[in-house]
Amino acid sequence: MDTLLQHLLNGIILGGTYALLGIGLTLIFGIMNVVNFAHGEFYTLGAFAAYFFLALLGVNFYVGVAAAIVAGVLIGALCERFVLRPLQGENIDTVMLVMIGVWIFMQNTELLIWGGIPQSIPHPFSPRPLIVGPLHVNSIRIFVFVVAFCLIGASHLAIQRTKLGKAMRATFQDREAAALMGVNIHRIHTVTFAFGSGLAAAAGALLGPIFLVYPSMGDLAALKAFSVVIMGGLGNFMGATFGGLMLGVAESLGAGYISSGYKDGIGFIMIIFVLLFRPAGLFGRAQRIG
Amino acid sequence: MKHGKRISLAGMLLGLLALVALAGPGAVAVAQEPIKIGVIQPLSGPVAASGNFVANGARIGADWVNERGGVLGRKIQLVIEDNKSDPKEAVTAAEKLIVRDKVPAIIGAWGSSMTLAAMPVVAKHGVPLLVETSSSIKITKQGNPWVFRISPPSEMEAAGLEKVLAQDLKIMNTDFLAVNTDWGRGAVGAFGDVLKKYGGKLHAVEYLDQAATDMYAQLTKIKNSPADWIMVTTDVGQIALILKQAAELGIKKKILTTGGSSAPNKLITLAGPAAEASYHIVIFLPWFPEAMPDAALAKRFVDEWNKRGLPFEGLTESFRGHDAVFTLAKAIEIAGKAEPTAIRDALKKVTWTGLNGPIKFDHEGQSWPSIYMIQIREGKITLPPFMRRS
Repeated sequence: MDTLLQHLLNGIILGGTYALLGIGLTLIFGIMNVVNFAHGEFYTLGAFAAYFFLALLGVNFYVGVAAAIVAGVLIGALCERFVLRPLQGENIDTVMLVMIGVWIFMQNTELLIWGGIPQSIPHPFSPRPLIVGPLHVNSIRIFVFVVAFCLIGASHLAIQRTKLGKAMRATFQDREAAALMGVNIHRIHTVTFAFGSGLAAAAGALLGPIFLVYPSMGDLAALKAFSVVIMGGLGNFMGATFGGLMLGVAESLGAGYISSGYKDGIGFIMIIFVLLFRPAGLFGRAQRIG
Repeated sequence: MKHGKRISLAGMLLGLLALVALAGPGAVAVAQEPIKIGVIQPLSGPVAASGNFVANGARIGADWVNERGGVLGRKIQLVIEDNKSDPKEAVTAAEKLIVRDKVPAIIGAWGSSMTLAAMPVVAKHGVPLLVETSSSIKITKQGNPWVFRISPPSEMEAAGLEKVLAQDLKIMNTDFLAVNTDWGRGAVGAFGDVLKKYGGKLHAVEYLDQAATDMYAQLTKIKNSPADWIMVTTDVGQIALILKQAAELGIKKKILTTGGSSAPNKLITLAGPAAEASYHIVIFLPWFPEAMPDAALAKRFVDEWNKRGLPFEGLTESFRGHDAVFTLAKAIEIAGKAEPTAIRDALKKVTWTGLNGPIKFDHEGQSWPSIYMIQIREGKITLPPFMRRS
């Protein structure tokens, strides 16, 4: 029973970060209709930015993580303005190809700047675990989980309650109508992409100190983000949140009770089942809504 | 008319001269052209740290060969390709080196899965492959006549340390956590057999993906097993994560890493106190060069590495690059020409003492390196007492 609880705990914490990745992508993929293959690279960017601020400049941990998120938002905005905006109105496949190009460009730039050797990021949390009964959990993981959920909550509020959020939802429901209503759709596109990329960078900056940082770390993260988005339903915020948690728990239990070597394949097996029985995603509806 | 004849005669002479000039230098310039040696290593991807160490070791080897006048009067030039920690890329790299760069020999490809993928390519084209790091036994058991290896297969590692495992460390019950590649699976098999031989027992056997960063699921299972040791086979990045996460989960088992990719200094940096008391199988002792068979060479290599400002932790892997380059250089000298078949036949006659120890290939193309073990104590590398007597 203890083992099961430990596996569940591990899975939920991991799932929180998957949820963060998934929400960023569901905004971009589900709402903007951009197949963002570079999403994993913003995750890596967040991690390397955190490495730069924390390991190289020695900045305060929390400031450094925040700075890394800001870096993700800014580069996301630049990417949208100069790469995606000229492509507005183009075929979804064209945009997908361009984003693959961005993926390759970003990863190789990182390889050029930082080299391929994995780096570690210092953090102020104790390496000794907190022990609650039979469960062991590391304080930095709790921190990451809490921050992830705060970000998810804040994003949800931003999209549902603010005027900007309303403008975003309106733009993606019907561009022409929103433009007629006076919404600056160019600005909305930039903000949405920057927002989604910022969330990915946050996941990277939070996970970087727990794991290791190297240029290809985003590849697996991107694939899992896509699993989460497809399972939760494109554009579905709640779906991405629950999808992320489900993936984390499924991976943890699968690795614990079925086979640890193929843990990362569980996400993809789940996608296959979901697409077979509920193609719109577990929480998705037939149409895309914000 | 006479004028024209003279001109046409001059023209003919000029033409003849041009022909000789074009054909001639072909024979003359080749003698000054460098001998290219292909190197395939993972320079990016999850195991990039190790690949870069080996590549830099190879560069030192090549520079030293060239300082002594090169091979057959020609300089050695390394053509280094990145296999991106991916077996598919290893195939592409091998094809490119053989077909486009026309290298007469290749060193590579670090990971067993990558090397196994490249082996059919070198067999197809008939180019010798000198394996410097890979541990899977399959590499020398497939009967591929073009493959030679200076690193020990896991079986040799396990057999070489059987006495240490059974009598000095007394490992009777152990779990095993290995990377899910030919290397990791091979190590589980090899060490498992040796354990069984002296009456030891394997308990929880778990695998992890080469790119995995979260090993909590596997470690939770290991925590519940009754064994008091964990053997780990993967590269330094993942070992660091495993040590940290094992400590986070409150696991108190003793740890032994195999395969020689532990780069213990990097582990101390990455894992800190979590690395305390862990044992590591290594194939080179940069901290104790005096303990190596050719102590002077070992010291010189360590000094050169430090002089180049390269990370000290890389010395546990980079020596392989050096030994591989020198082995090929000696083979080319024996062969008398930089031609693949001649080099292959010459490799069978090579015998010298490299950084690790004596290098001589048996009928399967396998050389028999020495195996060592160190322990991390109080943030420093120490040579355990049972190692000192040998």
